[in-house]
Amino acid sequence: MTGKDGASETGTPAGEAGPFDHAPVADPDLTKPDAPAPPAWVGPATGRRTSFVRGLAVAMSAPGWVLFATSLGFGALARDSGLSIEMSLLLTAALYALPAQVVFVDQLARDAGLFAAAIAVMLTAIRLLPMTVSMVPFFRGDPGPGLLKIVAVHFVAITSWLEGQRRLPLLPPRLRLAHFIGIGSGMIAVTLLGTTLGFYAAASVPVSVSAALLLATPIYFLLSLIGVAREVGDSLAIALGLLAGPALFVVVPGLDLLATGVICGTIAFLIERRRKVRP
Amino acid sequence: MSALPEGAVGTLVLVGIILLVHESWRWAGLVLARDLTTESALFRWVQLVATALVAGLVARLVVFPAGALEAVDLTLRLAGVAVGIAIFLVTGRNLLLGVFVGSAVVLVPAFL
Repeated sequence: MTGKDGASETGTPAGEAGPFDHAPVADPDLTKPDAPAPPAWVGPATGRRTSFVRGLAVAMSAPGWVLFATSLGFGALARDSGLSIEMSLLLTAALYALPAQVVFVDQLARDAGLFAAAIAVMLTAIRLLPMTVSMVPFFRGDPGPGLLKIVAVHFVAITSWLEGQRRLPLLPPRLRLAHFIGIGSGMIAVTLLGTTLGFYAAASVPVSVSAALLLATPIYFLLSLIGVAREVGDSLAIALGLLAGPALFVVVPGLDLLATGVICGTIAFLIERRRKVRP
Repeated sequence: MSALPEGAVGTLVLVGIILLVHESWRWAGLVLARDLTTESALFRWVQLVATALVAGLVARLVVFPAGALEAVDLTLRLAGVAVGIAIFLVTGRNLLLGVFVGSAVVLVPAFL
């Protein structure tokens, strides 16, 4: 039952009759004229546990597969760098952010020292700040203990952030935190599985196939961004970010992502505001 | 691997470092967003910053790739992305198909 919406996630529009089909909830957040319908499993009686389980199922849809593919690559890299399987899995679970994992392993493999490795990891993690800040307000309507938010923010990484930005606005506020923790838990399970498999099976993958697997990640990121984009600011931020990303990587390596985000995001924000003021 | 302490102590040290330098950005986000609502202008700005940041990462991963993708011609990498977008839009936003067909483009030379 939980795997059912895995297929509908990717293609079919939300709102189709499903096993938990009910009338849409009268929620102030969902009655905006431009708000798309909530998923079919959401009803007036839907609990947080159902929302969590539905979140887990997201790991079985397209983003889960892409994440699995990238984790395979990380498992292989970790093994090549001389890490034990336990340490590889620990890094995956504790960091849950692929760029940080790769940087950490790379630094250790080059004997850069724990301090240098920590600094490099810290730089990759700055991007988690705007991602967390744009995720946390969705958790406001959760009736559970506030400590759950500390669990939830651990799952802020690009894949779950994209899925969260896409799915949470469609849910009633009380279900959002549980759904996001479900998405994160499912995704972390997928990454652990992929890391293990990659660790033991890496050598048997042909080079052309690993090239295709490496390209799957940016394509998934981009298509998800396009899928989430609703207003002019979103499209602008995507287009400007695509153009500025490589340029700033050359100019300010290490801080390129943060610079791209702040510069392009601010321009997109200002243009969107100006357009709203004078329609 | 001299940089990494061995055993249970090493594991604890590692987790401690990670929590300090990595997880603290997530906690900082949690604290900063405490009073923020999804309707506020500040939230919208941060959302667009994060969006542009991910877009920048996409371009970097394609233009300056690592590992096996480095050996693939830039034109072919860009073609893969373009095909992915086209399939995604033509199929009514089918994410799985777009990602699958788009990344399979780099396999084409292997069959020629």
